[in-house]
Amino acid sequence: MATIFTPNRPEELSEILRWAVANATPLAVVGSGSKSGIGRPMPTEHVLSLAGFSGVGRYEPNELVLTAGAGTPLAEIEALLARNGQMLAFEPPDHTHLFAASATAPIAGAARAGTLGGVLAANSSGPRRFLAGAARDHFLGFRAVNGRGEAFKAGGRVVKNVTGFDLPKLLAGSWGTLAALWEVTVKVMPVPEFSGALLIFGLDDTGASRLMRTAAASAHVVSGAAHLPARVAARSAAVKAAGQSVTALRVEGPELSVRHRVAGLKALLIGGGQLEGADCDELDSAAALALWRDIGDLALLAAGDTREIWRLSLPPATAPAVVAHIVNGEPAVEWLQDQAGGTLWLSCPAGTPAEQIRGALAPDGGHATLWRASAARRSEVPVFQPQPPALAALTRRVKASFDPQAVLNPGRMYSDS
Amino acid sequence: MQMPAAEPAILAQREALLAELRALLPVARVIADAAGLRAYDCDALTAYRQMPLAAVLPDTVAELAGVLAICHRRNIKVVARGAGTSLSGGALPLADAVLIGLGRFNRILDIDYANRCLTAQSGVTNLALSEAVAARNFYYAPDPSSQIACTIGGNVAENSGGVHCLKYGMTTNNLLGLEMVLLDGTVVRLGGKHMDADGYDLLGLLTGSEGLLGVITEVTVRILPRPETARAALLGFASNEDAGRVVAAIIAAGIIPAGLEKMDRFIVAATEEFCHAGYPLDAEALLIVELDGPAAEVDYLLELVVAIARENGATSVRASTNEAERLLFWLGRKSAFPAVGRLSPDYLCMDGTIPRHQLPHVLQRMAQMSLRYGLRVTNVFHAGDGNLHPLILYDANVPGELARAEAFGAEILRLCVEVGGVLTGEHGVGVEKRDLMDTMFDADDLAQQMRVKSAFDPEGRLNPGKVFPQLHRCAELGHLHVHRGQIPFPHLPRL
Repeated sequence: MATIFTPNRPEELSEILRWAVANATPLAVVGSGSKSGIGRPMPTEHVLSLAGFSGVGRYEPNELVLTAGAGTPLAEIEALLARNGQMLAFEPPDHTHLFAASATAPIAGAARAGTLGGVLAANSSGPRRFLAGAARDHFLGFRAVNGRGEAFKAGGRVVKNVTGFDLPKLLAGSWGTLAALWEVTVKVMPVPEFSGALLIFGLDDTGASRLMRTAAASAHVVSGAAHLPARVAARSAAVKAAGQSVTALRVEGPELSVRHRVAGLKALLIGGGQLEGADCDELDSAAALALWRDIGDLALLAAGDTREIWRLSLPPATAPAVVAHIVNGEPAVEWLQDQAGGTLWLSCPAGTPAEQIRGALAPDGGHATLWRASAARRSEVPVFQPQPPALAALTRRVKASFDPQAVLNPGRMYSDS
Repeated sequence: MQMPAAEPAILAQREALLAELRALLPVARVIADAAGLRAYDCDALTAYRQMPLAAVLPDTVAELAGVLAICHRRNIKVVARGAGTSLSGGALPLADAVLIGLGRFNRILDIDYANRCLTAQSGVTNLALSEAVAARNFYYAPDPSSQIACTIGGNVAENSGGVHCLKYGMTTNNLLGLEMVLLDGTVVRLGGKHMDADGYDLLGLLTGSEGLLGVITEVTVRILPRPETARAALLGFASNEDAGRVVAAIIAAGIIPAGLEKMDRFIVAATEEFCHAGYPLDAEALLIVELDGPAAEVDYLLELVVAIARENGATSVRASTNEAERLLFWLGRKSAFPAVGRLSPDYLCMDGTIPRHQLPHVLQRMAQMSLRYGLRVTNVFHAGDGNLHPLILYDANVPGELARAEAFGAEILRLCVEVGGVLTGEHGVGVEKRDLMDTMFDADDLAQQMRVKSAFDPEGRLNPGKVFPQLHRCAELGHLHVHRGQIPFPHLPRL
């Protein structure tokens, strides 16, 4: 019978993992389970829940650091930070709606799903990522138990630290396959005083790509840049009135600065710039907040029950050609460019061949992850980008250095580790 | 400082090794004579010197892979070196190790403005990266103080910082990809021109790994548009507490300065005598607060900073009105080390990080230690991120003073850990802080790090004697503690 272990002391966590090793019984490691649908299906009967390690331990706003149990709900962390005028600058998204039994649109204003540990284990970042860094860039330290049942820690509680190997980076995005995190420390940042958005209408992907890259390369410090093709934009309450594609730029900071920079961007891009005379508009702070949340949460992509979602991380300038190649092969694909073109999200009909997606990337031109698909598809198709042999061998050795018996999320990332 | 004993089995192979290396590389790039090797006998931690077994200067990845394959087959140790500016002895040679100089990896390979990145070989200097893109108004953000000389490969190995880390991050936050050669000669590429790893973040792991995992040959970094403007404020205070309160108030106001430096009275006097930057000599603590970004924002926030300083009892307040003045404010800070060097025959530059609010306590404890050790100490402090650089003044010609200075330094670093900080913020562990690692990490913490090392270098041949007090081979790293039994913790909630 399936058992869910919910330890709330590190000694218990160690004991459970030692038991798992002794009995050659792999465990599925979860926080709240909001991302359990991501990755390869695992041959695990039992579940190790870290939800028992919940609560903020130390939060020192003036030191810009927060330490909490890995199982602390993200909603609790974000509410606490907001009360202190701070935030997780990497803007963790909430994709839970994609993984519900029947896909539904996210509910505006609902509490964010997920745990802080889960966000870090998935290295999950939102639209601000290209400016502010990813979850991994804000992950300062942790306490964990490895696949040997040994408690260990790494990193620290200060924002600048090079003592020993940077294992927080390695654990970020390791999807629970290296160690069970139970306490994590992150860097937090002040919430910008004001947020402004500039919308440009009617561009195609090539024009939007050029525009976003020009904006990101300007001195106007753009903290969001996304392109929504018309079909996708039509699902956004904030911008659907346009009835055409929307390219959105976000500018944050003191209000006076934001107004100055939005005007500067308009002058650079439109008035005598690349897009002389193009149709544009500005969004107020509240509408902009909703738009960026919808973009990060993938609330605007077609997400019918059987559609498959891919995440592509790629050199930003290559995004238009990659989109063209993929859409040429499968016209029913929907997409959006986020993070100034560095991340491409695709919604594809079920069964769209992985080769068609990955084959569109230039050589050494990034990687594609099958973000959502049926369990059957996720066991057939490599969910994470297949690695060249030397790198794959290194990956297996790193996994074994933490978890030699593969008791932690075995096979979630790759079939052989 | 005890380095691993030279292995006779390696020393005995020296002639045969040299013959093999000379067959692979032009003779001039295999250095084996004492005069030639002398140039490599230390890095910027000059208190330690050691002649290497031999030094080689490959200039292609194939040559480097060949050198590593030879060393691997012969089970000979290897130390990689960029410009040799490490302050922690990261590139200190070993008597039984081949030193690989990467100075010939000196070409910028690709500048890609469309994707806002630059690819360079690992021996290109940090400053050269920014210079290469300056004409298009871009730059590479991390700016360690040795940036004229230090190499980007070394920056990656050490995860170098600089004065702008709080806002722009360290090397690791500005890196997109790299190419490295493993000890067995395998070439591995990580990342590229895109964000985020496709599997484990080995790029993040390699950054700051101090040459223990692989030899870096090529690096791709993010380049940033130069901020529209930068302005600085120079703020004097009658006490460290006042200055500390202002730093906390600036952060609490939601301002993340590009640079936030604190100097003590001794440094202020020393630099003023050295370069006449116009620092207030009556200040017990001096802050430089630099803001960069859009001009309208910088002007607005600088006014806020000045107001915060006045409210908190600043004894002098100056805000730069032009670029020349801003650079003048920095002149003293940037001259701090040479200025102290003029006042003392030798000094040790320490590097720890503390939670910022602990600064007054740490300074007080350091003053007590200074009396006890009979050595002067002075401080420059990256106040924004809590990175402390105490300079311990000593005279190497006085018998026992170096040892006393080192003991003093070690006690300061232990204090950093005691108050919730870490042993090193940006200089690395190297050999300098190696034996203090157990103040921060217990045996299991270190064992896990060493197992990661073994995943890349099972025989522990790459830069041994650095970072870890005793480097174990993987077979020695303990076995699983297994308690065969029933489901543990029957009392735990089950669903």
